[in-house]
Amino acid sequence: MRNLWLGGVLTAIFAGMAVLSFLWTPYDPTVLDIANKIKAPTLAHPLGTDHFGRDILSMIMVGARTSIAVALVAVGIGMGLGVPLGLTAAARKGGLLDELIMRGNDLVFAFPSLLIAIMITAVFGASAVNAIIAIGIFNIPVFARLTRSGALSLWTRDYVMAARVAGKGATRISIEHILPNVTNLLIVQGTIQFSLGILAEAGLSYVGLGAQPPTASWGRMLADSQTMISFAPHMALFPGLAILLTVLGLNLMGDGLRDMFDPKLRRARS
Amino acid sequence: MSLLKIEKLNLSIHGSQILHDVSMQVAPGQILGVIGESGSGKSMSAFAAMQLLPNGARCEGQITVAGQDVLALTEPQLCQMRGRDVGMVFQEPMTALNPIRTIGDQVAETILIHENVSKAEALERAAEALARAELPQERFPLSRYPFELSGGQRQRVVIAMAIALRPKLLIADEPTTALDVTTQAQILELLKRLVAEDQMGLMLISHDLAVVADLADEIVIMQKGRVVESGPAATLFHDMQHPYSKALLAASTHVPNREGAAQDQPLLSVREVVREYTLHANGWLGKTSKLQAVKGVSFDIRKGESLGLVGESGCGKSTLTRAILGLEEVQGGEILLDGQPVFSGKKPNRAVRRRMQVVFQDPYGSFNPRWKVSRLICEPMHLLDQPPKGRALQDAMVEAMESVGLTADDLDKYIHEFSGGQRQRIAIARALIIKPDLIILDEAVSALDVSVRAQVLDLLADLSDRFGLTYLFISHDLSVVRSITDRVLVMKSGEIVEQGETQAVFDAPQHDYTKELIAAAPVLPANVA
Amino acid sequence: MLHYLLKRLLSLAVSLVVASLVIFLALEVVPGDPAAYMLGINAQEDTLAALREELGLNGSVLERYLSWAGGLLQGDFGTSYTYRTPVAEMIGERLWISLPLALYALTLSTLIAFPAGIWAASKRGSPVDVAVMGVTQLGVAIPNFWFAMLMVLVFAINLRWFSAGGFVGWDAGFFLAMKSLTLPAIALALPQASILARVMRSSLLDTLSEDFIRTARAKGLSKRQALWRHALCNALIPVLTIIGLQFSFLLAGAIIIENVFFLPGLGRLVFQSISARDLIVVESVVMLLVFAVIVVNFLVDLAYAIVDPRLRGRR
Repeated sequence: MRNLWLGGVLTAIFAGMAVLSFLWTPYDPTVLDIANKIKAPTLAHPLGTDHFGRDILSMIMVGARTSIAVALVAVGIGMGLGVPLGLTAAARKGGLLDELIMRGNDLVFAFPSLLIAIMITAVFGASAVNAIIAIGIFNIPVFARLTRSGALSLWTRDYVMAARVAGKGATRISIEHILPNVTNLLIVQGTIQFSLGILAEAGLSYVGLGAQPPTASWGRMLADSQTMISFAPHMALFPGLAILLTVLGLNLMGDGLRDMFDPKLRRARS
Repeated sequence: MSLLKIEKLNLSIHGSQILHDVSMQVAPGQILGVIGESGSGKSMSAFAAMQLLPNGARCEGQITVAGQDVLALTEPQLCQMRGRDVGMVFQEPMTALNPIRTIGDQVAETILIHENVSKAEALERAAEALARAELPQERFPLSRYPFELSGGQRQRVVIAMAIALRPKLLIADEPTTALDVTTQAQILELLKRLVAEDQMGLMLISHDLAVVADLADEIVIMQKGRVVESGPAATLFHDMQHPYSKALLAASTHVPNREGAAQDQPLLSVREVVREYTLHANGWLGKTSKLQAVKGVSFDIRKGESLGLVGESGCGKSTLTRAILGLEEVQGGEILLDGQPVFSGKKPNRAVRRRMQVVFQDPYGSFNPRWKVSRLICEPMHLLDQPPKGRALQDAMVEAMESVGLTADDLDKYIHEFSGGQRQRIAIARALIIKPDLIILDEAVSALDVSVRAQVLDLLADLSDRFGLTYLFISHDLSVVRSITDRVLVMKSGEIVEQGETQAVFDAPQHDYTKELIAAAPVLPANVA
Repeated sequence: MLHYLLKRLLSLAVSLVVASLVIFLALEVVPGDPAAYMLGINAQEDTLAALREELGLNGSVLERYLSWAGGLLQGDFGTSYTYRTPVAEMIGERLWISLPLALYALTLSTLIAFPAGIWAASKRGSPVDVAVMGVTQLGVAIPNFWFAMLMVLVFAINLRWFSAGGFVGWDAGFFLAMKSLTLPAIALALPQASILARVMRSSLLDTLSEDFIRTARAKGLSKRQALWRHALCNALIPVLTIIGLQFSFLLAGAIIIENVFFLPGLGRLVFQSISARDLIVVESVVMLLVFAVIVVNFLVDLAYAIVDPRLRGRR
């Protein structure tokens, strides 16, 4: 439970920052202020300024928006397409559809989101949307495979047989019986994929394949800070810390949720 | 000198008391039977003797094994004792062996742990131990892996591991519960033989009174962590003192009261049904072979009758059940309910299917844990063209619940709030709610404790009388079938080998297999209860 | 066993073919006219025609695919448009940086993760376990390139134990070459090791609660013996799966981390090619990386068969 709280708080802080950034940031992160460049943290700029004089705290807030939005939509894509695929594959186990879906999964697994992003950007150019698509595509087989294996273990339960005796077909059973009982697995995996998505987005923007300037992103901030790290470490420190803490928060939440849902632990507690 | 002596054992785990003042003993060449239902603490007593208790366990009292005070031994000394002085056999043979090591290695390991011999010699002795457990090397080479063996064979390997060093005491915790009747009889015979040969002591734990009565010299009965009765097997059953043991015995021999008026006309007709599976030997493109799970089975169930179907695992009874329920199509023959075919072409007939329902074996897996009871029992209404709504629906649900001895309040609860016996009642309510003519009970009482079982059988008999229900009662437990059916079918390898009036078949079996089954089934001593 | 092997090889071949189709379609068919794409909108018609001729773009899609795939099988990756050199040459040099880096990181992460995971599982709930869980919790959350930057700051700039970047070249000798790959390998290995350690721990804990461990204890094995002789090999099976899955992430990570250390590996090549719109190079690099992932997964499948006799089939 402690995991859940700690994780929840950390995540909430950054999610809060992201939402707040739509309404207000201490400074406008797109405005250059060369006179104030590379200032160490002070009261006026709590996290310092970068080489263009932009306030790092403001950039981090806007960057939170980018990272979270990209990762969240990517999880949405993954779940939205992956879960029905997994349910279908499990319902038609051993059949042609199952085989096709599994092979499709394996194929996508051979392409880490970086490679997908490379292919997309090579043709369409770099942008946040392309990053979302790249990460989202990779999420699909993750959820498909998880849903399928969770569903398969449920298909052998007697209550599914009882539903079949009641005349229900595979689709109805998948929706009424299987889906509600794999939701726990999906929620836990969702938080994990969310945190992985944030890491992936950071990596992509670091190499220039993600959100393009002037949209601030944590990865981009790290790329910019690289050559100046010896005399302006704060430029590299804070964005990296932001990524670390957000991902950590999500992971802790995922762990906490998993413990909460674990029937063995649940019985022990009650 | 007793091999095992437990005196006033008090066991608590993380503060909760599991065993209270438990005492029992086993002498050389003697078989001690420990009987109890789930939660009685019988397995815990055995684990305490081996000191294989979970974390947080605290023992008080005395446990002496082969002269050693077990509670005073250090862990290394206990490791020496285990396997050498005491062997243990567990309940689930399918998961008791390391799946990725050969049986020869695993049996030889017992020897190698305790004695300083070469690997080759240990393997020789392992082969001997396996031969004693009736797994001779010619048919079961030491290089076999567990996945290549059946449940009964794996249990023999576990026994071979346990007796490899000829320990003085063998503990068997429900060793045959997961096995077929005939295999069970063989394993129990084996244990009896080994005890006699080595003059070992055997502590046999079981929930099945008949199994223990057959084999044990001394008996101990446990309830909720206490020993409530003990004595020599010969006299115990005739001279029970404690109310619990009396109730247990009564439940084990219980025959429900049935008026059972079976009519002449058949309700269900099964004619020459053939169910074939195509097996793909090696994935999609490999060779295919055909497996006939049901080979031309024919029988009738008359209206109002209770028909039993007995057979061991793999005989095809589950496949047959699914075919009758319209869940799987058949490749040959036909199934008619009141003259109407269950299948028209490839599609099952809803109008026919709604007249049949089923109750399953596992009270814990039969219900979606996320649904309330009210939604659960109404599921079969999906088969109705005009399912009741509103007031009519509510009435139907309450009626179903009350017929099985539960209340309308229970409708609002979730299934995890109910015990195993109550869940089976809810399963019966689910089967009743659309007022079918035929209910198939697929091992419906096999997973229940003996005392609960008797109550559920009573309920089933009562319902059949009240509503004129017809039952197809599938079970591997011959004593249950005997007490609740009018006629019985015996199934083996996809075929019906014998059928007839229950009493007649049991008293005078005709077919060899039926004779084998009945001979293998453990029975309580005559003129008991 | 042979049959399992053949099935896996077939699967490998099919995966490669399908993957190559996907890459080809994405990079040569989707952009429309690759020549126009590479030269830009202002290109002259005759330059376009010349390029199309040079790139063999005048056949049907199927013809082009087959000639490209055929070329790949012979080691001919085509000619880079920007550099006018055979792509195979360019890749060849870079491969010998990216690949050793990935393998180095994989080795390091396994060497760290296995003992840590086993130790934590065997002493569940103890301070050691808590420490391992804590460190890995952080390790999993750290972006590897940021960690790399921090390491450069500490070990290269401040302590001067390593150089801040660049690759010495294999000519300088194995040890020196590996030294220049060490910081990047550690940066890659840390998050990987954290994931692996956790998986190892949880897999081992799951296996330790299985029935056959209880049987082993009943035979007289101590907890430690039961863990090493029975639990570990069974626990390895899920861990192998994760290693296979993680390899693709490792490769991706290696590509990104080359940026931090200015390593002239495949990463640098592919990002420059994207900017230069040199689809041929991008195509080849992606194909190569996917090939590596598929081959590694095949090797993992082989490892399964070695560890788990159930996969080798009945005798």
